[in-house]
Amino acid sequence: MITLDGLRKSYGARLVLDGVSLALEPGRITALVGPNGSGKTTLIKCVLGLARADAGRVLLDGVPADVEGQYRARIGYAPQAPHFPGNLAVGEVFAMLRALRPGARTDESLLDNFGLRAEWATPVGTLSGGWRQKVSLAAGWLFRPDVLMLDEPTAGLDPIAAGIFKHALRGFRAEGRTLLVTSHILSELEELADDVAFLSEGRLRFAGPVHSLLTQTGMRRLEPAIAALLRGLRVESGAVA
Amino acid sequence: MNAVALVLRAGARDLARNRWLLAYGLGLAGVAELLFIFGGAGNQVVLSLLNATLLLVPLVALVFGTMHVYASREFIELLLAQPLPRAAVFTGLYLGLALPLAAAFLLGVGVPLVLHGAASQAPLAALLALAVSGAFLTAAFSALAMAIALGTDDRLKGMSLSLAAWFLLTIGYDGGVLALVAMFGDWPLDRPLLALMLGNPVDVARVLVLTALDASALLGYTGALFRRAFGTLLGPTIAVVALTLWCALPVYFARRRFIQRDF
Repeated sequence: MITLDGLRKSYGARLVLDGVSLALEPGRITALVGPNGSGKTTLIKCVLGLARADAGRVLLDGVPADVEGQYRARIGYAPQAPHFPGNLAVGEVFAMLRALRPGARTDESLLDNFGLRAEWATPVGTLSGGWRQKVSLAAGWLFRPDVLMLDEPTAGLDPIAAGIFKHALRGFRAEGRTLLVTSHILSELEELADDVAFLSEGRLRFAGPVHSLLTQTGMRRLEPAIAALLRGLRVESGAVA
Repeated sequence: MNAVALVLRAGARDLARNRWLLAYGLGLAGVAELLFIFGGAGNQVVLSLLNATLLLVPLVALVFGTMHVYASREFIELLLAQPLPRAAVFTGLYLGLALPLAAAFLLGVGVPLVLHGAASQAPLAALLALAVSGAFLTAAFSALAMAIALGTDDRLKGMSLSLAAWFLLTIGYDGGVLALVAMFGDWPLDRPLLALMLGNPVDVARVLVLTALDASALLGYTGALFRRAFGTLLGPTIAVVALTLWCALPVYFARRRFIQRDF
């Protein structure tokens, strides 16, 4: 389980995360939603140590994240806009990642399912955005991490690849692993997510199961429920930290 | 292979196939070739190459290095999301930038010199000094480029700062020193001028090569002072130490920034 305890982060005068506390349960997919600039990407970056929180802690199974970043061996990450050194071939990117974690068990199923082996010798810089996204997702998946954090994972994917990936995510969840997904495609999140964490202006406005959000907003679908939250409906939830 | 070597290898592989880096190496080779074609002998070619080196190497290292760091931003995030210490990632990235640039310089300048047998015409010390100067300037200005690009996310501002640094250190600095000499000509300026010369890696590189070439007429005021003060043995040693410090200083600032900043 991954726990965020009072995360606070500012960029200059702009407060991006304002004391966010959230528990991501194993065996569940949590959808991290919120308007543009609400702090979703910053939250993921704080968990990974890419951005340093001004206050608060990240705990993995109750153990605080270490400064040297060894805890990241248990976390996979696929960023919103993946870019790799343009002149490296796809195969070289994966060879480098494998070499960075010698001895770690790998899962290359996504490489096969996305058809990336056919592009093994292709320079990453010549790939389309969708193919780069496939490389990024397969890279985040490569070590079959306990926690997988995905920032807009299906943006740019064709429907077949998106279907393959969603199927893989369900399998991942069934193994009891922890998933955090951000997306602006709420129908997709509705299809996948067990829990919702709603951020607005850096504050966590709701955290809990999807059905609780629907019940409490009186909506049947995730999209109008989120819209209701956005319009300022205050939702009481016992899951809000 | 450790993390530094792996990051370095990935960066070096990427840049080894970079067409701008290839153009840089070929461009230097073209300049050297032209110098031989238009009647230069060993010493004259080394002198002319020195002038090209002092202008081009800092410019390419700064502009290319700054653009490279900005273009690598997402790759840096990918690396930092791995269980690796930031310091190791920085060292790998820096060496992955500076070593291919230095290799392009050494091959671009070195191959024509060897092919034309300049090694037998010019003093070996001068050739060595040219190679060392070019490599040190590459290392120093690559680190400066990293420090600038890691210091601001505004790419336009970063490029402007890099160009300003190039102008200041290759052209503006000497103008300032000359102005100082003109203004305070009646004062004993030897020591301050020596200190000022050591304060600019481009000047240090110039004096290192010219001392090795024994080109007294081209040493200029500060160069002549330098040789008189330190002699021909201590002088190059001090110059190499100064160039090493000039590499270490921007590396230190770039590394510190890399470790502290948010990505």
